[in-house]
Amino acid sequence: MRSWIARVALIPVMLWVVATLGFFLLRAVPGGPFDRERAAASREVEAALKARYHWDEPLWRQYLRYLGNLARGDLGPSLKYRNHSVNDLLGQTVPVSLSLGAMAFGVAMGLGIPIGAVAALGRYRWADRVASLLTLVGVCIPVFVLGPFLILVAGLWLEWLPVALWGHWNHAVLPTLTLGLYFAARVSRWMREGMQEVLKSPHVQAARAKGLSETVVVVRHALPVALLPVISYAGPMLADLLTGSFVVENLFQIPGTGAFFINSFFSRDYTMMIGMILFYSLLLQVLNLGSDLLLRWVDPRIRA
Amino acid sequence: MFLVLLVAFLILGGGAGCSPADRADLVLHNGPEPETIDPQILTGQADGRIASALFEGLTRFNPTNGLAMPGLASRWDISPDGRTYTFHLRPEARWSTGEVITADEVVWSWRRAVTPTTAADYASQFFCIRNGRAIVNGELRDASQLGAEAPDARTVRVHLENPTPYFLELVASRVFFPVPRKAIEQQGDQWIRADPLPCSGPYLLEGWRVNDRFRLRRNPRYWDADRVATERIDILSGDNPSTALNLFLKGEVDLISDRKIIPGELGPELAQRPDFQRFDYLGQDFIRFNTTRKPFQDARVRRAVAMAIDRSRITARITRMGERASAAVTPAGTGGYEPPAGLPWDPSAARALLSEAGYPGGRGFPVIEYTFNVGSRIYEQTGVEVQSMLREHLGIRVELRPLEWKTYLAEMSALNYDFIRGSWVGDYDDPMTFLDIFLSDSGNNRTGWKDSRYDRLLQTAAAEADPRRRLGILRQAETLLVEEAVPVTGLYSHVGLYAADPRKVGGIWANRMDEHPFFSMRRLRP
Repeated sequence: MRSWIARVALIPVMLWVVATLGFFLLRAVPGGPFDRERAAASREVEAALKARYHWDEPLWRQYLRYLGNLARGDLGPSLKYRNHSVNDLLGQTVPVSLSLGAMAFGVAMGLGIPIGAVAALGRYRWADRVASLLTLVGVCIPVFVLGPFLILVAGLWLEWLPVALWGHWNHAVLPTLTLGLYFAARVSRWMREGMQEVLKSPHVQAARAKGLSETVVVVRHALPVALLPVISYAGPMLADLLTGSFVVENLFQIPGTGAFFINSFFSRDYTMMIGMILFYSLLLQVLNLGSDLLLRWVDPRIRA
Repeated sequence: MFLVLLVAFLILGGGAGCSPADRADLVLHNGPEPETIDPQILTGQADGRIASALFEGLTRFNPTNGLAMPGLASRWDISPDGRTYTFHLRPEARWSTGEVITADEVVWSWRRAVTPTTAADYASQFFCIRNGRAIVNGELRDASQLGAEAPDARTVRVHLENPTPYFLELVASRVFFPVPRKAIEQQGDQWIRADPLPCSGPYLLEGWRVNDRFRLRRNPRYWDADRVATERIDILSGDNPSTALNLFLKGEVDLISDRKIIPGELGPELAQRPDFQRFDYLGQDFIRFNTTRKPFQDARVRRAVAMAIDRSRITARITRMGERASAAVTPAGTGGYEPPAGLPWDPSAARALLSEAGYPGGRGFPVIEYTFNVGSRIYEQTGVEVQSMLREHLGIRVELRPLEWKTYLAEMSALNYDFIRGSWVGDYDDPMTFLDIFLSDSGNNRTGWKDSRYDRLLQTAAAEADPRRRLGILRQAETLLVEEAVPVTGLYSHVGLYAADPRKVGGIWANRMDEHPFFSMRRLRP
């Protein structure tokens, strides 16, 4: 129990380290947010712009100011989008990425677990083959090939689904599949390996020896254990999915956080960049913690 | 698991309220998310398009030719010396929230623009107004010294430093838009997010979702509301050109308003289609030389390099949209002006110049770097082409130095380069918008070149009341710039491209300024 409390207590420390590293590393990169193609109208105007964001102060004071605001949950103003704060931008885009990520997670689990399990049982050779093929294709075809392919076929040729944008449920189908299929393939591999391992283990042999039906053996005794590798990967995977995939969101013009991961660096929007990193770190920590808790609950060996 | 899916669907459906059945009457793709839509602060073209839907100046752009026509002012008088403009505001000019737009508010808005603490990058557009430059430069602390006054509630009088033939177009540009004083005094910088936002233009802001869309609705209090044919417009924000093209091809977008959001590699092919419109655009690509260090300290070397570049090869092989190859800085026809031809392509004369400068056959010439910003096939291929032409004709070795955008800008401003790609898009249809970049004290000069002769010529031209003579003096200045001193040499003038099927969208015309006001735009058939 004590170790769990320590892990939770470490989260703010970790966020502080991340914010500090982000703050100073980004300042070391050449070019800044106020380097623009069109020079400011005058030195006065440029100075006024910098003063507005406290860039006229020494770096240490800017850092303390940033930390002070951060402690109050204020990530500061975006240096690129002058009518928005970082909190505001995250507030608008995070729910979108979360819903896309959750759906893709659903696809990954919903397809990956049954396919992997059926393949591992080896009862049907064709099922194993189909599963292997799906897995191979899913893992090998990158998102930036699969996405345009789905758009071309389902969007432009067959005209079944919209090619981009976000609003109606049917906007979500193609991006969810594009993002989810790759992870479904990985889940099915973990599941298949986990299941094959478990089926050979003594406790399953014992269950079979007790004369339980094969269905009961698989569902009650093998499945929970076979899920362990999937659960331990699920945390980081969910974090990846929930923070938005730059490629998928960009391809389908989805107003999520993905765009900011890349663009805030290119535009040297330091506050936005650090905001994104903090958000990602926090999510990763929380989900890791969550999947460890889940593992502990499913697997009695860890509790011991 | 499936619960998760269900919940996600609910969030998705509930959050947006923009289902396809809900399609606006007209849908535009506007390119990347605007940085701001505050008329005085914004600089980007995407930003400006939104602002010009919501606000209007004393004049506005004529959609057919990009010239000024009456806006919030119904008429104006110009003094015989061309230095005093008196605008008469329409009595029906009102904010969408009901208040009358007063002359005082116009003057207040302009003072807001020139006050340095507002941090308006475009404040330099006010340099033509008396004391504008001094206030922006911080030499005059009192913005009320700006040469603009409101003798009564409906009259704005402006005193210019010089007769400025493009002043009426300037007044139509974003930075001159009157803004709602009361809202700004109450809410400061964030006034633009006010709900309801007081608007003076043809449209009201109904919704704004970052990286998704602006939703606009016809402004019933707009003075010209009867002419506004479209009830609802969605303006999409996104930065993937292929996605924009897909949306356009599927009919979900009626207009792609910016060449940057049309896939560059498909440009030449798309330009052939009837639903894509190509036009000469007020922009120019050029190469800057760093005149502060060897070897480009020497004007002969700069001229030699300028003469060894075959620009027609770049336009024929790389840009391929019918761009006009040009060694000048101002695109031909800008404000009725014909720029000098610039140095001709002449490899043997170039070699002679180079050996005169002490590098016969390129011997002893240092390896130089050509810097450009990454992200466009065109810039990269142009670099390769320049590299091979200089090797072939001058025996010079060039290394390519691709830089990411912000680094590129920082290096250019710090004069940390040998020669570098550059470009400029005109703010108004007059050669001055290109030529004043290279004034000695201009922050956009970025070549280290300072020449008092050039500065004086531009000053003389600005004070010249006769338009023909004025253009003649500007031509003299540009000849000095691109044929004699050559801190910069032109490559080609830009070609614009927008996607709109003339059978489906009306009220939009190609013009050099790429100004497409919303009041006239409409969808012809669903």
